[in-house]
Amino acid sequence: MPSLQEMAKKDGAFAGGHRMCAGCPVPIFTKMLTRVTDGYEIVAGNATGCLEVASSIFPYSAWKIPWIHTAFENVSASMSGVETMYRVLKKKGKITKPYKFIAMGGDGGTYDIGLQSLSGAMERGHDLVYICYDNGAYMNTGVQRSSATPMGASTTTTPKGEQSFGRQGTRKDLTRIMVAHNIGYVAQASIHNPVDLSEKLKKAIELDGPAFINLLSPCIPGWKIAPDLAVEVARLGVETKYWPMYEVIDGEYKINYTPEKDIPVSEWMFLQGRFKHLQKPEYKDVVDAFQQEVDRNWNWLVRQAEAVKLLSTEAKN
Amino acid sequence: MKKEKFGCRISHSEPGPGDGGRTGSWRVKRPVIDLEKCIPAKTKKAACFTCWLFCPDGVITKTIPPTIDYEYCKGCEICAQECPVGAITMVEETVFITEEK
Repeated sequence: MPSLQEMAKKDGAFAGGHRMCAGCPVPIFTKMLTRVTDGYEIVAGNATGCLEVASSIFPYSAWKIPWIHTAFENVSASMSGVETMYRVLKKKGKITKPYKFIAMGGDGGTYDIGLQSLSGAMERGHDLVYICYDNGAYMNTGVQRSSATPMGASTTTTPKGEQSFGRQGTRKDLTRIMVAHNIGYVAQASIHNPVDLSEKLKKAIELDGPAFINLLSPCIPGWKIAPDLAVEVARLGVETKYWPMYEVIDGEYKINYTPEKDIPVSEWMFLQGRFKHLQKPEYKDVVDAFQQEVDRNWNWLVRQAEAVKLLSTEAKN
Repeated sequence: MKKEKFGCRISHSEPGPGDGGRTGSWRVKRPVIDLEKCIPAKTKKAACFTCWLFCPDGVITKTIPPTIDYEYCKGCEICAQECPVGAITMVEETVFITEEK
């Protein structure tokens, strides 16, 4: 783990005074990118999204590292091209410094639009880290539903009303889709725990091959929360098991944090304005269905982690 | 086209701080650090710095004691929320305006 003192000695990748909303927790991880590793130059690519729009309004830039903006759907393709070019130049001896490549995107650019280019980049095995900051809708364009939107959330395309309780159906589990690509490192992290996050970033960046990190990042206007609550809501999302923090190294699941208490997921939901309508008694079955889904996912995860433990003890015997 | 001629036409931007202008003007409440409670200020050691780690705008310095750059601080209150000893309090910006007058 990179210690805090070591991290503090290095310069951050992201300058202050950018145009992200007050209280948006995304810059907590962008500040960290150059701090977590030693001896690597970082090159970043950004899919269209809040982070890209807010950090690079022409002619200004908040990025202190080489940074590329591409469209919603092709950040993984662009960065795999950059990575291939680097390998060629390194072979020819024109570049001697070690470089590492990072692609970033929101959940719209990752779960929906950019999924095929992401899948391709991971399957080809480029030395690339993809970081998805999941805020559960297309927040940049005004809160439209994406496939990461949890059940029951009210967005502008799935509004609450007399006929509807918000988003129907359950969200897609992208982390498991990325595990199915059989890549070296897949992790799910949360913005409320920078120590765990820096550890995961270090592992992903130093790995020689593709890696994927899915990051829970609350959105102030989209989740309809107060600016000071962003980190607290992320923490409660982990405590209620909505967003388990785990990592998958070479296909082996490991849960990083097990909550001590069983907190019902409704506590996390009712902090946010987008779930507020579900407090009505007629929507109790929706909340129950949400809780069942969360429990099912958690139990599945626990079984995976236990199976890994069991297999390793059998191998020892 | 000659390389020099082409080179001077490329648009180039220096990285911030301040690519969004003076974002300090967004602020409604101002975070103020109580140096008697703050861990690095009290122990004179490079410890804690939770506010520096969490600040989304990167305006809190990692010096002893930590200082806040009010030019770019948006007043999001995350530092006040996350401080383990509650050393950061949010004060209404109007208080400072009347003081300055």
